[in-house]
Amino acid sequence: MRRALVLLPAVVALAAAAAPLPRTAEEAARVMAVTAPATDFTAAERFESRPGGAATVQKRLDANAFSYPSANMSFERELDFKVGNGFFRKLWVSAPSSTTSSDGLGPLYNARGCQNCHLKDGRAHPPERTDDPAAGMLLRLSVPAQPGDIRPGIAAIQDYLGTLPDPVYGGQLQDFSIAGIPAEGRMQVSYGEEPVTLGDGTIVSLRRPSYAAVDLAYGPMARDVMLSSRVAPQMIGLGLLEAVPEADILALADPDDADGDGISGRANTVWSEADGKAMLGRFGWKAGQPTIREQSAAAFSGDIGISTAVHPDGWGECSAAQAACRAAPRGGEPEAEGTVMDLVTFYSRNLAVPARRDVDSADVLHGKRVFYEAGCTGCHNPKFVTARLADQPEQSFQLIWPYTDLLLHDMGEGLADHRPEARATGSEWRTPPLWGIGLTGTVTGRESFLHDGRARSLTEAVLWHGGEAQASRDRFAGLSAEDRDALVKFLESL
Amino acid sequence: MRVRGLLAASVAMLALPAWGADKAAVVATYADIAQAGYEDSLATAKRLGAQVDALIAEPSAEALQAAKAAWLQARVPYQQTEAFRFGNAIVDDWEGKVNAWPLDEGLIDYVDAAYGGATDENPYAVLNVIANPKLTLSGGEVDATEITPALLGGTLQEADAIESNVATGYHAIEFLLWGQDLNGTGPGAGARPWTDFARGTDCTHENCDRRAAYLKAATGLLVSDLAWMAGQWAEGGDARKAVADDPDAGVVAILTGMGSLSYGEQAGERMRLGLMLHDPEEEHDCFSDNTYNSHFYDGIGVRNVYLGHYVRVDGSVVEGPSVSELVAAADPAVDADLKAALDHSLIALGQIKTVGEAGTAYDQLLASDNAAGEALLMNAIDGLIAQTRSIERAVSALSLDAIAFEGSDSLDNPDAVFQ
Repeated sequence: MRRALVLLPAVVALAAAAAPLPRTAEEAARVMAVTAPATDFTAAERFESRPGGAATVQKRLDANAFSYPSANMSFERELDFKVGNGFFRKLWVSAPSSTTSSDGLGPLYNARGCQNCHLKDGRAHPPERTDDPAAGMLLRLSVPAQPGDIRPGIAAIQDYLGTLPDPVYGGQLQDFSIAGIPAEGRMQVSYGEEPVTLGDGTIVSLRRPSYAAVDLAYGPMARDVMLSSRVAPQMIGLGLLEAVPEADILALADPDDADGDGISGRANTVWSEADGKAMLGRFGWKAGQPTIREQSAAAFSGDIGISTAVHPDGWGECSAAQAACRAAPRGGEPEAEGTVMDLVTFYSRNLAVPARRDVDSADVLHGKRVFYEAGCTGCHNPKFVTARLADQPEQSFQLIWPYTDLLLHDMGEGLADHRPEARATGSEWRTPPLWGIGLTGTVTGRESFLHDGRARSLTEAVLWHGGEAQASRDRFAGLSAEDRDALVKFLESL
Repeated sequence: MRVRGLLAASVAMLALPAWGADKAAVVATYADIAQAGYEDSLATAKRLGAQVDALIAEPSAEALQAAKAAWLQARVPYQQTEAFRFGNAIVDDWEGKVNAWPLDEGLIDYVDAAYGGATDENPYAVLNVIANPKLTLSGGEVDATEITPALLGGTLQEADAIESNVATGYHAIEFLLWGQDLNGTGPGAGARPWTDFARGTDCTHENCDRRAAYLKAATGLLVSDLAWMAGQWAEGGDARKAVADDPDAGVVAILTGMGSLSYGEQAGERMRLGLMLHDPEEEHDCFSDNTYNSHFYDGIGVRNVYLGHYVRVDGSVVEGPSVSELVAAADPAVDADLKAALDHSLIALGQIKTVGEAGTAYDQLLASDNAAGEALLMNAIDGLIAQTRSIERAVSALSLDAIAFEGSDSLDNPDAVFQ
């Protein structure tokens, strides 16, 4: 097996994860004041135009809008960002190969490189037609676990909904494979159109997806398999979300709806494979991953079939039932070295949030008021202040405007995937950040929203909201066209 | 220190009156060099176009060789203009059309079987436009019967937001002239036979007429793109105006371009990544094995803009007041350091070029068992890093830190960011 990878020392220490510095009482008071909800909608709030704080980037708004480093990044670290970008763009190949350190792909995979799904560092979209390849989209798989199947540390997490991978197909369906190994099958999506009539008589058609795993190469899936379709999310601002103090997220949780506003908000708690302990879940559509590094390692393993220290199996997602797949040649051990993970993590942490547009315009301010009045901020929490992080100056102590609480909410039957993930139930989803949402089409060439990209416009996305968001959704549906348009204008300015 | 461009900055309040006039003259020299550099790029691209026409009119081994020689010449002035890319949004936004890499060359033409199959997650990686007059792209039918600049630039470039779908520019043309380099980290570049452009029964790999049409369209597009950019730097052009209207921001643009090209782009993405991976696919001019020249002329370009001195392709010189003189007036030691660092980098890049011209190409230096190659490349990377630190000191010496750090907001309103 080739692997004479001589890794160069990183120019800057990237991956150190020093504990956040505690807030002083004076800082806590400043944070409290600056994160208070807006009350005046006649003018933009101070700092509002820079949703990523000093990391916010002000560049031309073209297809590269999500691809710039944190604006406050030192020159010194820009080299690491660029090399990280190289790895993010890198197409991995199957082992053994002449491209030594780029091998180890698969054997089963959904994509050969990160950027192939995170299009231009933005979100992916569903295939255009039923039989097109599902670039940037995949099916997660699991079966309910029996008591005793779950490791004790995980079982000790309160309200943990134990699941196991499908015994043959594993945790997700890989629709590609290296030569000589059959791909597992493919995701098939079909849509039914459902008209929704708004209060003013406007008719909006929602497309309801149904998913199937077809062309299965390894026999049937488990009888009780649960499928969940996911698109690759956008990459901007992730380091800032990671830097939000855990206590500030937990402070927004209201699991029993004690305040009676109809919105609960629960923190996901997940098992960190890297740290061997339970941690707050922050990343992924159901907040199933605790850190950017662990999310990246899971994606390397599951999506590309590249092993890392956290997921050391060179065969990636091949199950014991897929013997030929497990026996296929592997790259190095691990296939992505610690330095590669450091660089990819650093890159992913520092994709900058673009500055907002038109924060002062009357329409946008009008829409912002409607957004607040309709209760959207109950989950789409406007602001946080990040922790002070000595080794991450780009993310340290920034006022950010992500419009998420990073908590799980029951979104109703319409969006439910009926597949639990850690503490998240089959109808709960993590509030996704809204920053950059107005640039989706600019960056990826297509408007496509929600966890499976079913919504073709922001209006459709809002109308899919149910469960805890039903009241806000109904408010939206009942708005005058003027209010509704203003709300969309506000979202587009984010 | 971040000196990435935020050129609309209203920075008049930081202008140091004593240097006001000098800065205007400095940015005028800078714009003159840019104009000359893009005009030279345009002229050499036109010569390439003429050789491509000759190749298509009368295909032969000699005609293909002449076209390759013209391409290599065209790279010399163009690579020197890369120093203008990062400081100037107008250049950076445009650059991907002419110099994007790496590319999934199977989008364009036939590739070796080892390249990978059609069932890839980039469905267009083996789209092979040359072999397919009807394409399915982004869920729609595309009529590619006529291979036109509009088809390449408007439809195929970055198809479906996948960056490696590169259909235009120097590297697409390079692939059409040289073909894939299948030698890995061994000796040898791409070896496309001239008969790939032959007529009738002499044609190899089929569709020679469409291959010729692609080459002609891509070359024509390169010429028109370069003409546009030369116009941006001519009198009255937007790029010249952007730096002339605000000489402080213009000086920042000069240093931004120098620093960002040296550091993140060249030392990082183009050199260190390939070295970490030992991957010949990470070679900048990977079909022609001309990488040593691309890197060397990038280095020359950085030095040109600092010294305000550019030797044109005909040997004439464009020169004038330079940012070097500004820095020397503020702190002679900083200027001397930066000049020495630029020279040191050029020697290191020159050693790579020397080795390349002696027959050991850049991709051979990347081989995992080539310790001498690694040392040679690391020396250049270290030189570029040291040079960037000197550029930072120059920015400080000119008291441009505040401008470099943020845009107009933070200057007009120091509290624009909560910290």
